[in-house]
Amino acid sequence: MATEVAQIDVQVQEDHHDHDHEQSYISKYIFSTDHKTIAKQFLITGIFWAIIGAAMSAIFRLQLGFPEADLGWLKPLLGRWITETGQLDQEFYLALVTMHGTIMVFFVLTAGLSGTFSNFLIPLQIGARDMASGFMNMLSYWFFFVSGVIMFISLFLETGPASGGWVVYPPLSAIQTAMPGSGMGMTLWLIAMVFFIASSLLGGINYISTVVNLRTKGMTFSRLPLTIWAFFLTAVIGVLAFPVLFAAALLLVFDRSFGTSFYLSEIYIQGEALSNVGGSPILYQHLFWFLGHPEVYIVLLPALGITSEIIATNSRKPIFGYKAMIVSMLGITFLSFIVWAHHMFVSGLNPFLGSIFMFLTLIIAVPSAVKVFNYLTTLWKGNIIFTPAMLFSIGLVSVFISGGITGIFLGNSAIDIQLHDTYFVVAHFHLVMGAASAFGLLAGVYHWFPKMFGRMMDAKLGYIHFWLTFIGIYSVFFPMHYIGIAGFPRRYYSFTNFDAFSGFTDLNQFISIAAIATFFGQFIFLFNFFYSMYRGRKATSNPWKSNTLEWTTPINPGHGNWEGEIPEVYRWPYDYSKPGAEDDFIPQTVPFSETMESNLPHENDMIALEKEQAEEIIVNESAGH
Amino acid sequence: MFGLYIALAILLVLGILLLIFRVTRLVGIVKGTGEKVVTDSNNVNAAMMIVFMVLFFGIAGWYSYVNFDAYDPPVASEHGELTDKLFWRTMWITGIVFAITNILLFYFSWKYRYSAKRKATFYPHNNKLEFIWTGVPAIVLTWLVISGWMAWDGIMSEAPEESEQIEIMGYQFQWSIRYGGVDNQVGDYDYRLIDAVNAHGQDLSDRSNYDDFISNNLVIPKGDPVLLKIRARDVLHSVFIPHMRVKMDAVPGMPTQFWFVANKSTDEMRVEEGNPDFNYELACTEVCGGGHFSMKKRVVVLEPAAYAEWKIDQKSWLSKNPQYLSQVPENLKELALVTAGINE
Repeated sequence: MATEVAQIDVQVQEDHHDHDHEQSYISKYIFSTDHKTIAKQFLITGIFWAIIGAAMSAIFRLQLGFPEADLGWLKPLLGRWITETGQLDQEFYLALVTMHGTIMVFFVLTAGLSGTFSNFLIPLQIGARDMASGFMNMLSYWFFFVSGVIMFISLFLETGPASGGWVVYPPLSAIQTAMPGSGMGMTLWLIAMVFFIASSLLGGINYISTVVNLRTKGMTFSRLPLTIWAFFLTAVIGVLAFPVLFAAALLLVFDRSFGTSFYLSEIYIQGEALSNVGGSPILYQHLFWFLGHPEVYIVLLPALGITSEIIATNSRKPIFGYKAMIVSMLGITFLSFIVWAHHMFVSGLNPFLGSIFMFLTLIIAVPSAVKVFNYLTTLWKGNIIFTPAMLFSIGLVSVFISGGITGIFLGNSAIDIQLHDTYFVVAHFHLVMGAASAFGLLAGVYHWFPKMFGRMMDAKLGYIHFWLTFIGIYSVFFPMHYIGIAGFPRRYYSFTNFDAFSGFTDLNQFISIAAIATFFGQFIFLFNFFYSMYRGRKATSNPWKSNTLEWTTPINPGHGNWEGEIPEVYRWPYDYSKPGAEDDFIPQTVPFSETMESNLPHENDMIALEKEQAEEIIVNESAGH
Repeated sequence: MFGLYIALAILLVLGILLLIFRVTRLVGIVKGTGEKVVTDSNNVNAAMMIVFMVLFFGIAGWYSYVNFDAYDPPVASEHGELTDKLFWRTMWITGIVFAITNILLFYFSWKYRYSAKRKATFYPHNNKLEFIWTGVPAIVLTWLVISGWMAWDGIMSEAPEESEQIEIMGYQFQWSIRYGGVDNQVGDYDYRLIDAVNAHGQDLSDRSNYDDFISNNLVIPKGDPVLLKIRARDVLHSVFIPHMRVKMDAVPGMPTQFWFVANKSTDEMRVEEGNPDFNYELACTEVCGGGHFSMKKRVVVLEPAAYAEWKIDQKSWLSKNPQYLSQVPENLKELALVTAGINE
């Protein structure tokens, strides 16, 4: 059905969708092939996982901030993971840390972010009726769903879920007896990840082919909104990197269950010498980080794309350096594949390789810096409207700077010796990858909510939510830098064993309080989200006065997105506050021939071209009929 | 009963919040503010940007200054002084960039807040600017990379011949430390020979094993190079000596190493810190299971003379466990008895 739709798009954009045929509840809301429904499914599922992932962090922050506290009151929720004396179980602490990482990185910031906005915006912003393959798109969601179900089940195992850190390094994860979480929990983790990888690949291939093939007339690559560029490159990264994670996982399955020795060698554990020889745990780290590092950009690029769009719209200014932004993203995409070993400077890696990866890593800071400068210049002399989406976008730029800068320390192998696996790293990636992407996700929800549900979210609640979250995020992660410089290792259940790590109890308490408060602050968003879905103010067709194509659809776009023909595109998406123009925005669908008063010299030349093309279409259509 | 009161209180607060939300909404509808995209809140949000900036830089600056000694651990190794220098140099450079960009971000947000009287400036691109802010960071980063690379190259270079050879092996959830003994050679091992007593799996057909001894603490000389030969027996671990700026993973099946020179003895550090109970510590920084957070070893730095004395006093592992003599090949038995210090 959807492929049929797609083909019709490519050829003549015929009017096919006027009659909305009745769909059953199941095909409309559950096994839907409509990209908008699938996007909402990803979003709601992402929100579900975000609550679980964040709640886990609240629990382990209780342990870190208040190690002496009696957590007996959590017994109804956690059962025997709370010990007799009211303490959090040590193994379960690691399980929480592991699951928090896995859930946040993969389920929330990969599926929740890319899944939601790539699905929702790609067809709407490039002018397509749906994804290239609606069926694959549906499969993508349901593979993700199955993956989530399996991961969720693993939380309830008697031996607990996987607990070797979200990177699940072997041999800890490979030897089933090495810790309780390495048993069934790890098996389910691997199965869930296999489904997740399949889901990502199905989605990614779809995004790529849709962007390449289904752009409406006039929508050249140089007129694509930066959101689409970001989603496109994200999909490219995902398609190239996820299969390698699959390979890593597969070899790990072999080592765990079939007695192979890819990652295992010379191991003596629990009074027994294993027969495995010749493998290398470092091999796993290479394979894992070959995905793991690009993964950072898989979660970050969509957020940056969303921010670019929102900042331009709400500054009422064109994004500064559109081409430079694209080149930066291309640079980041390419470089993201050749920096992975900076996670392994002290893993026993050949030091010469360490030097090479230090060089490559610090190069990637350049395009990131260019993006920041471009954002700043976009704000400069703007006319800024602080919608909640805009606030979160500005917040994103701030945490992106703060977290990005610490990357320069960690990318320097000599400095990394001391900082590796300390709270400095935790602070770094939570700001630059976690908070930045989460802010992008929230900004996107606030901005495109009217298009998704035909209603507006409450702005005031949005402001309160933003300031709580922004202050909260900095209160949680900024102090972690101090703790990290002091050398506190991450994934520690408690610091009391060491004199060197016995300080900063007050700061750890502060972080915990801030983290828990920020967690509860998110319920403002949840309330706003679900309340507005049903009771929010009705949206107008273009509430933010934006230029991109999605705002030319009906307020509640039906199957096929546009009634009648798909609009044609004549200009780039950033003609805001153009001198001479009457309004402060000119949508992409307005031809240059209608804006003589504001055209730049080279744009006047485009008018002749527009005319020619219009004639061609008429000729083609009459030939076709 | 107490829990019930708390629940009731929470419900009450939530109810009040909901009511406030509902009332402001209705008032908004009556006033018609809900229809406008730009409301008075715009100025409030703009002002908040400045308030946030001042508070953020104020608190961060104050905390960084007041607590400097708490978060900057004293350094006690030669290469550590170098990496610390690089760290603080990077801190200054990036700190300035961090401050400028964040201040501009918040300042622009406030300064260019919406005004109906103004129109935004159409300013889509400027290649010169792009070149400048691509080039300048690239040059600064190159400088940082090169200085980092030179330091890294030195730290990771081949250990000097005369280094004290010490094997440190991680296992769930402890460290075990073995010294090369009189010949300063840590003997061969085979993981299949490991048992409850022979924790390192010492291979007694290698003669350099006979004088090896096990120590409870990592005792090292001040001012002399020390080569840590790092291994793991079961899963990944990572050797971390915070004050020495030493960190290297311990990998089963793949020995790693790290050499360094400690330049402050434990006693000197006790004086410097004004803490008679001060001790260097060694921790694990690669998650290895439930007891990960408890893998501690004490590190003792002695003056070279004291170290030599301490070393002579140590009894070899073989002399403490003479039952393992049976594993020594016949032709080496005599040598083993002498080297291990059993027959003197």
